[in-house]
Amino acid sequence: VTPALTILRGGPGVTVQDQGRFGQIAHGISAGGAADLIALAEGAALLDQDRRFAALEITGLGVRLQAHRPLRIALTGAPLTAACDATPLLWNASHLVPAGSILDLGSAKTGTYGYVSVGGGINTPPLLGSRSTHLTAGLGASLDAGDALPVGPDASDLVGQTLDVTDRFSGGEVRIIPSMQTDLFDAEDLNRLTETDFKRDMRGNRMGVKLTFDGAPFAAQDQRTILSYIIAPGDIQATGDGAPFVLLGECQTTGGYPRLATVIPPDLPIIAQARPGDPIRFRFVTRDDALQALTAYRAHLGALPSSTRPLLRDPADIPDLLSYQLIGGVTAGEDIT
Amino acid sequence: MGDAPHIRDVGLEGLLITFSETLTDAGNRAALALRSLIKSANWPGVIETASTLTSTFVRYDPETLPRAALVDRVQDLLASQDWNDAPMPNNRRLLRIPVVLGGEEGPQFDAAIEAAGLTETQATEDVANTRLRVLTLGFAPGQAYLGSLPEPWNNPRLTNITPQVPQGALVTAIRQLIIFARPAPTGWLHIGQTAFRSYQPDAKRPFPLAPGDEVQFEPTSARDLPKLWDDPMGGARIESVP
Repeated sequence: VTPALTILRGGPGVTVQDQGRFGQIAHGISAGGAADLIALAEGAALLDQDRRFAALEITGLGVRLQAHRPLRIALTGAPLTAACDATPLLWNASHLVPAGSILDLGSAKTGTYGYVSVGGGINTPPLLGSRSTHLTAGLGASLDAGDALPVGPDASDLVGQTLDVTDRFSGGEVRIIPSMQTDLFDAEDLNRLTETDFKRDMRGNRMGVKLTFDGAPFAAQDQRTILSYIIAPGDIQATGDGAPFVLLGECQTTGGYPRLATVIPPDLPIIAQARPGDPIRFRFVTRDDALQALTAYRAHLGALPSSTRPLLRDPADIPDLLSYQLIGGVTAGEDIT
Repeated sequence: MGDAPHIRDVGLEGLLITFSETLTDAGNRAALALRSLIKSANWPGVIETASTLTSTFVRYDPETLPRAALVDRVQDLLASQDWNDAPMPNNRRLLRIPVVLGGEEGPQFDAAIEAAGLTETQATEDVANTRLRVLTLGFAPGQAYLGSLPEPWNNPRLTNITPQVPQGALVTAIRQLIIFARPAPTGWLHIGQTAFRSYQPDAKRPFPLAPGDEVQFEPTSARDLPKLWDDPMGGARIESVP
């Protein structure tokens, strides 16, 4: 059986990701999953399918793929340069790509993680309940030339859709709540945490990102004698050199560095998508405010499928016109209004 | 213990119940037992549970299960028994795992002996004669934290991180031992090498060690390692713990 999709050029930043692997913390495996879960949900909405389906996550230098049957794809997350057989593709949109076509996804213009969702979902065998590659735990591996990806049966034929996205690709303010070790830091340091202009450091990956800043290191009382405890995505550790390190989905399950605070889940994609040098500010909110934000975030994700709309065509917009010609050429035209 | 367990939040979706701020046998038993009770209670809104050295962790959905309601339920369980003498889990196993101590396979064994103020013979006997318990799994798939070695082994973690120790490496700090599940950097002293795989994806039991299980190391010669690697269990012999 010919696979639906093959990798012609891959790299260490190209992995299969779904919403993550739950229930394995007791075995030492964190949830992992897409670094930007909003992008995964946007891709599913554009393809009118379940957001638990797995997609390709792309960071770094990009990926070159070949479709071996007609495939619906959606492009979401950090906008990458994208082309199908050398014709540019619109971002935050769904497209039909013909059998045999070659997709080129390049590096991100803003943000860090771009996603290619596929109609029917990437259908690799689940491992411990998830298709997510977990590089830290050694579950699965990044994709390289020659790798083949199965794709599940596609239950829809909707393409040519777009949707509006919240800008989360160039840093910004993120909301935090106190964590279990916040009270080990003095009030002055916690105040400084919210007054400091941080920048995303060069060091960062799916486990977490380090922040740089001007000022004294952040350190807790009795920092070196703290027992290792459960850590969770969003936790802001004060690491050995006193720089905050914000944990992401693929973090270890335990850690001994004290935690200044925790980024709330709805704002974690801002941390994940920030590029080196992008600004980050922290703002404490109450637990009630954080819960309201979580409710609003889930409602937003739940409403994504009904917020897609057909791509509009504006002949004055030449670069877009090129992209639309591809879409016009590969769809039956039902979506043209 | 004596003091009431300490209940704290881990972010918006986690609750940690800590029985002791230092590693104690009673604290570890209590953490295991409370985790087991919460797991079997199957409360709606609980996503997963785990036990760490002396804490029980509950990940939950704060929309389905408000924090206050979860804390109430946990408090009820805490009030229901004496946590100073919690029973160990059922169906525990003892694994006797061959290990090569020192030499190229344990380049920091000498440093560990020196820090502990022991002779090589004493150190080898401590590692071989101590019946260790799996205190928790963490950091990497199935990776067990084993404790506790006698008091002389209470070395702090190093400030100089070893860039990478191999899979199966035996490392020590703070009276604990770990068999590394994957090649990884560590601040613990690398004292030996096993051929034991902590995560066996194709096995019926992918995680061969569970919290509460016991481990005893059997020092062996470096010449035995190649054939031990042929066995995912690294030559370990398994007995059940009555």
